[in-house]
Amino acid sequence: MDDFRYLSGVTTLQLETEACVGCGMCESVCPHGVFQMEGKKAAIRDQDGCMECGACALNCPSEAIRVTPGVGCASYIIKTWIKGKDAAACSSVECC
Amino acid sequence: MNDVTRQKNGCCACEDGSCSTQNQTALQPFVTSHASDEVCCGSAPGPQSSRHEKPGYRLLDFVDTFIDTSVGPVPRVKTRLERSDRVGTLTARLGIKRDQYKIAPGLYCVGTPDQDSPVLVTANYKLTFDSLRRELTALNAWILVVDTRGINVWCAAGKALFSTREVVHRVQQTRLKELIRHNRLILPQLAATGVSAYRVKKEIGCKLLWGPIQAEDIQQFVAGGCNAEKSMRRLTFTLPQRVVLVPVELSHLSKPTAWMLPAVFLLSGIGTNLFSLSDAWSRGLMLITAYIAGILAGAVAAPVLLPWVPGRAFALKGALTGGVAGLAVIAIFRNDLIWLEDGALLLFTMMISSYLTMNFTGSTPVTSPSGVEKEMRRAIPLQAAAALIAAAAWVTAAFAG
Repeated sequence: MDDFRYLSGVTTLQLETEACVGCGMCESVCPHGVFQMEGKKAAIRDQDGCMECGACALNCPSEAIRVTPGVGCASYIIKTWIKGKDAAACSSVECC
Repeated sequence: MNDVTRQKNGCCACEDGSCSTQNQTALQPFVTSHASDEVCCGSAPGPQSSRHEKPGYRLLDFVDTFIDTSVGPVPRVKTRLERSDRVGTLTARLGIKRDQYKIAPGLYCVGTPDQDSPVLVTANYKLTFDSLRRELTALNAWILVVDTRGINVWCAAGKALFSTREVVHRVQQTRLKELIRHNRLILPQLAATGVSAYRVKKEIGCKLLWGPIQAEDIQQFVAGGCNAEKSMRRLTFTLPQRVVLVPVELSHLSKPTAWMLPAVFLLSGIGTNLFSLSDAWSRGLMLITAYIAGILAGAVAAPVLLPWVPGRAFALKGALTGGVAGLAVIAIFRNDLIWLEDGALLLFTMMISSYLTMNFTGSTPVTSPSGVEKEMRRAIPLQAAAALIAAAAWVTAAFAG
């Protein structure tokens, strides 16, 4: 979202340009316009717009994108601190 | 009409069985007639049971009719929302039984779809389903509802419920491919967090097309040959989108409030007489006021005013709105407070507000988990310290005063 900024310099997003096959899927699926096709390769246009949803990495057929996906939800993160990652099921009611 | 009135009087007006002989005479023609649609007790009977009704099942209001296909009858849904839908929406928005507001997964349709009609895939949260079908007024389409456990597209994809596996399974289970000859599925773009297009293609040969984020763009998307404009691909978090989330935020607070109330009154009663009930009440009410102010600042004002509140970290935004609210609380009780209590009320309000706004991160489509974790590592120790200092100052003030 270009008109609303969250914290800068935190995302785990990485693009390995050599591995990119230029399908453009990352540009299509990213809801914040982080990627842009430059010729036959994808490029990162707005790194700090990334919310680490993981859509790009999941849909990259050549696995050129790496990101640690997750939900940016404080109450979920608190639960992972208390109960550990596996037990902290993000319940539909308390979270999103 | 006269006959009808007479028959009605003759039949049901005397429910206690004490009908006079005269009335029984009037009853004669009625008894000998067929038990059909004629008016007897009250209004005329409704239509016969639909052949689609089955024992143990209920026909739903949003189903218009069923169309027969080679894979069996497929419910055709209405594209207009009705009263029951609106009531359901309101209830879910208030957080009441929101996790049970879902429809059965499977195949539905709108209009008169054929083998060339588009297939729209969506979540089985009723609110999601409603917001899709109301946009399909001019479309013949199949709707494949996948089982996201009653969770919306975005959150279900994030939880791996709207997943590659679920889409593959649901396509196979409904035998959808027997109804279409184009092998294309349109999925909402936000499902891409859970569904991998190339994997679905590999497994069942269906080509996934990423549809627009908002259902309101779907008809334009289909009409334009399934090409999304840039604006259809970008998430927004506008004022109305934020406002509708407020009631749900508030509905999460009943449990913490149940803990907060006794703690607040206990803390307020402590004083030179060990414990004073009248202090617990009078000073407790001030703390409760600060608590409510903190909720209004952190779960209402900060989310609604989000882009305009300074700062990037949500905990900071909440602390700022909480600061304003805290000053207002102090102003209300200014004649009854010493400076220690001023500080305690201000810190307490800011702490509550900061914590609640920090928790609003999960309801937004902008925060990254790395960012949330970073701000939490800084904010939570500060919030805890604020709570402790506020409590200490509040109790100390009772001895100083």
